[in-house]
Amino acid sequence: MKNNSISQLNPAVLQQVIVTACILCLMMIILFNLSFGQVALGLDRLSLAVFAPDTDPVATQIVRDIRLPRILTGLIAGAALGISGVLMQALFRNPMADAWSLGLLAGGQLGVALIVTAAAFAGPAALAFLTAFQGVGLTAGAIIGVTVFAFIMAGLSRRVNNITLLVVGLMLGFTVQGLVSIVMHFANRIGGRVFSGWNDGTFAGTEFADLGFILVPTLIGLLIACFSAKGLSAMLLGETYARSMGAEVKKLRWLTLAAVVLLVAPITAYCGPITFIGLIVPHFARAIARTSQIVKLLPIAALCGALLATIADAIVHLPWDQHFLHLNAILALVGAPVVIGLLLTNQGLRGRI
Amino acid sequence: MLKLTNLCAGYAGPRGKVLSNVALSVAAGTFVCVVGRNGVGKSTLLRTISGLQGPLMGEVSLNQVNLHEMTAQSRARLISVVTTDRISSPGLTARDVIELGRQPYTNWRGQLTQADKAAVENAMHRLNTKRFADKPLDGLSDGERQRVMISRALAQNADVMVLDEITAFLDLPGRVEVMSLLRRYAHTSEKIVLLSSHDLELSLELADQIWIVDDGKVVCGSATDKTVQNALSSAFDTSDVAYDPSRRQFKLKQASS
Repeated sequence: MKNNSISQLNPAVLQQVIVTACILCLMMIILFNLSFGQVALGLDRLSLAVFAPDTDPVATQIVRDIRLPRILTGLIAGAALGISGVLMQALFRNPMADAWSLGLLAGGQLGVALIVTAAAFAGPAALAFLTAFQGVGLTAGAIIGVTVFAFIMAGLSRRVNNITLLVVGLMLGFTVQGLVSIVMHFANRIGGRVFSGWNDGTFAGTEFADLGFILVPTLIGLLIACFSAKGLSAMLLGETYARSMGAEVKKLRWLTLAAVVLLVAPITAYCGPITFIGLIVPHFARAIARTSQIVKLLPIAALCGALLATIADAIVHLPWDQHFLHLNAILALVGAPVVIGLLLTNQGLRGRI
Repeated sequence: MLKLTNLCAGYAGPRGKVLSNVALSVAAGTFVCVVGRNGVGKSTLLRTISGLQGPLMGEVSLNQVNLHEMTAQSRARLISVVTTDRISSPGLTARDVIELGRQPYTNWRGQLTQADKAAVENAMHRLNTKRFADKPLDGLSDGERQRVMISRALAQNADVMVLDEITAFLDLPGRVEVMSLLRRYAHTSEKIVLLSSHDLELSLELADQIWIVDDGKVVCGSATDKTVQNALSSAFDTSDVAYDPSRRQFKLKQASS
């Protein structure tokens, strides 16, 4: 009976209810993340830290310098990765495409590993510079790596089918793992620590000053995504149909790829390779929006991505006994079963890969 | 009027030129069937006419405007295309697909105006696709899916509609229904419909104009023309079957062994 009453609801109303619930949920988790962690702050200390910073310097430092940048980074990263997933799944016409499954993150890993090793050979000064963690070097390495691999995969995608492309992405991941392990052998211990700290993925490594470097490319990527959305919707029917309906496919591919790089590369540089968000968020967004028209998916994907990232971040920073958990471990625990479930229950999906 | 002038169609690669010196013209309101054996270049011809690939030589023009010298968006207002590709996309409903047909007219966000919505409704009405409009495309039968793709092309409201082998998935009543519907559409809306099909007898029955693609050339005329009948014989006759013009059918030859 209950099921009946839900299905009788007007889909548009239902969608609004779900979106509102997601926003409320997101706000509650943000509040939770602000007040809980290794040090639990009550609402009173939290409001003091926000509105009267001088009265409680400890709480102020925790909230303003540690938790707030972390939460904002999580929100931006989640939204950016969610949107990048929607773009990639439309561009590659592959429901399992995202920056991670197609090896773009592996490119970022390789780039960072090479930079770290180069710095180790260049001497302690360069390494000291790198240990500042979000150095320009790591960012450059990640961005170059992601970009190069994005264009390799886009070139390949015109020659091979979806399943081949996914396997190639997977194999690129393994290749990079091997390469990184060898390269790291030649980097010294500090370099290795810099890399593995980056590689675990975290939203906690950023400060307020870094947010601009994440936010600006993300906004540009978002802008391009909005402009490509109409053409990408047409691309859902394949290249021939898209062209026959007026899309300039070549330009569209370049623009979308540029948007993906702008959305993924800075996040990867500052937060490490974040898995699964880009892969599963588009599926949630399609289920909520009840369409795969890209224009309608973008805001919902951004919301779902931000929500997923923030929830995972909340679990990571619960007051665990020893140390924080790893972000990618939590995302894998949520993401992998979702992917398996999607593949096993959704026949249309299986046919498409 | 659609006009092909000295058109050579084909590919740059090893396949090279497929058709040469095609010169044809089609008036508005004509239902054209394109027939020919497998691999003779029907699809190449139709892709070239629809602007999906450039001509090797010559030109395709619609009302004196060269179709290959305009932007994809303005061309999409003149020519719509339906292919035989089996489209599937998770989450896309039939209505979504038909609404995509309005893209050449919508703003950068793809927002539908009242006029766009009316065109979509009209297209759904003509092909009777409204009853499964809100179902996911992936859940439809091949025949229903094909109707959705044709509705989408109708919603595009172009002067020329090009359909390549679209009846392959349909059973005989379905084919007759779709082809007569397209014929009626061409006649009542003053549009040109180009349809390639392997269903020779049905094509001969319904087409206002037949194009026979054979041996790098295109022969054009009505089903009763002597040239068309000769071209049909030379294109399709084998040692076992022969075309019988009086009955517009293929007949088995007497077994000679």
